[in-house]
Amino acid sequence: MSEPVLSVENLSLRYRVPGGAIAALRNVSIAVRQGEVLGIAGESGCGKSTLAAAMIDLVGTNAEVTSGVVRLNGRDILALSPVDRRRLRGREIAMVFQDPMTAFSPVLTVGAQLVDFQFNLDGLAGREKWRRARDMLARVGLSDPDHAMGRFPHELSGGMRQRAAIAAALLMRPSVLIADEPTTALDVTMEAQIVHLLRQLQADYRCAIVIVTHHLGVIAELCDRVAVMYAGEVVEEAPVDALFHDPRHPYTRALLACDPARIEAATGRLPAIGGRLPDLSSPPTGCSFADRCGIATDRCRAAPPPRVGLGPDRNALCHEVAP
Amino acid sequence: MLRYAVKRVALAIVILFTVMLAMYAMVFLVPGDPAALALGPRATPELKALLRERMGLDEPVLMQVWHFFHNAATGDLGYDVWSKRPVLDQILEFFPNTLVLGVTALGWAVVLGIALGCAAVVWRGTVTDRLLGILSVGLISVPAFVVAIYAILIFAVWLRWLPAIGAGTPGDIGSQLRALVLPAFALGIGWVGYLARLVRASLLEVMGENYIRTARAFGLPERKVVFRYALRVAIIPTIALLAVGLGSILSSAVFVETVFGRPGIGTLITGAVQKRNYPVVMGTVLFMTAFYLFIVTAADLLIARLDPRVRDVFRQ
Repeated sequence: MSEPVLSVENLSLRYRVPGGAIAALRNVSIAVRQGEVLGIAGESGCGKSTLAAAMIDLVGTNAEVTSGVVRLNGRDILALSPVDRRRLRGREIAMVFQDPMTAFSPVLTVGAQLVDFQFNLDGLAGREKWRRARDMLARVGLSDPDHAMGRFPHELSGGMRQRAAIAAALLMRPSVLIADEPTTALDVTMEAQIVHLLRQLQADYRCAIVIVTHHLGVIAELCDRVAVMYAGEVVEEAPVDALFHDPRHPYTRALLACDPARIEAATGRLPAIGGRLPDLSSPPTGCSFADRCGIATDRCRAAPPPRVGLGPDRNALCHEVAP
Repeated sequence: MLRYAVKRVALAIVILFTVMLAMYAMVFLVPGDPAALALGPRATPELKALLRERMGLDEPVLMQVWHFFHNAATGDLGYDVWSKRPVLDQILEFFPNTLVLGVTALGWAVVLGIALGCAAVVWRGTVTDRLLGILSVGLISVPAFVVAIYAILIFAVWLRWLPAIGAGTPGDIGSQLRALVLPAFALGIGWVGYLARLVRASLLEVMGENYIRTARAFGLPERKVVFRYALRVAIIPTIALLAVGLGSILSSAVFVETVFGRPGIGTLITGAVQKRNYPVVMGTVLFMTAFYLFIVTAADLLIARLDPRVRDVFRQ
């Protein structure tokens, strides 16, 4: 088993809000190895986007890391100076954002921005950066890259913009690519194309990819491993086949049962998980999912659940799961 | 860009013509015979007829309109029978005074307003931000002539630092500058509040945009993020407001010029309206309209230069 290129160890992060703090991440540990695609799944507000932002050190000014380490290629990036952290971005770790419409500045051409984004690539002339950007646009499947370089973002279609965003992220051959909801803003046809493109690029460049999404279909298509998040914690981590065929954590089971694509019996109703996320300004002492869980006992409400190892790369955060 | 520029200038010309027509109609809807008013109650009918002829009022209305347009196009804004001078000469004599006042007032307001707006963003959510907000709203809500009266009372009457009225001795730059301070202060102070609020709002909005996050995600240094990615977009509403602002500041200069007894476009036009001096009224309004359209069009072209989305609205 190779060393992870990116690992998060016991990371806790909270957002300061008027009158308190919201615990957005609680003791999150997760790692991704070279050439591996890790999916992070969960409902809105579970902390998955915060985790993605923390990996690339882009959390807002009201966020505060209370404990933990983020290790990129062996270095603890949280211990680095702000300038050194900035130098890593784009070059060793890059991000594909959710909404390609707003991810680019509306007043600069795509080409100008792709050149800007290579800021951390030292000793390269502007002309060379322009050529690299153009070649990368061709690589992600834009039919007329020279034309696209001179266009403003609003002059491209949504799919073209998302391809350009992926091209931007790959420009400096980072060892880790973080994709935050890369297909959410696209229609279904476009989504399939982008998923296909990501698979191709991943095979070619062998970079590690972390995909944050609530779309289980994208996870099944792309990922090697999945971490399921709930209320700021990773509740289950498993290889993708194992997760879909044999989900162990009650939350994962409930989540999979809600996937419209997996419903077998035609009941005419879309299943949903009753209740809602616990208030993270004062997280429960026991299991966060206990109030919505079908098999919760008094022990679940009283004591925090243990992390139960379930085999290689597999664990769940639950009292009721047997190894 | 060229297409947009041509369309924008054409639009400005159409607006100018519409304003000229509307103005002509309005002046003629006001009751009263200007010739009778000029000559007083004891004028003979012959004298009145002579003056009407001199002022061109005996011609058919359509002919008058035609002359007005034709002359205006050749730079002739008419002849003022009261002062026996061409209207354009009078405007060119008074306008620089008003322009200097307007530009000075807006100038100091822009510098201070943008600085306060940026300060509010840097210290957002703190006591400083809130105090700046209260100060801005306060400045916006006080009318210029009220500020003018209190400024005269404090700095001219009580402290005797600055002259209360006039525009200074011609040829003496020092006295002209001293005479400019209080009017420019009174005229500009409300704009400090406007600009501070606007700059704060647009900068905050832009700094929260996704593309700012993208630029940071690629490790761009903060100065590049702020100047190349944020300010380029955040400055656009400010430019638009400044163009409208210069027009509005020139018209509210009427009050300030009256209070300070400063010769300027405001004094010229109020005097002319009271005397029903049509050529001067129309010439001045026309001149101001043209000037205002010029500023607004220039600002629009500058905005289109900065924001490609604006030019494309016209392409469709």
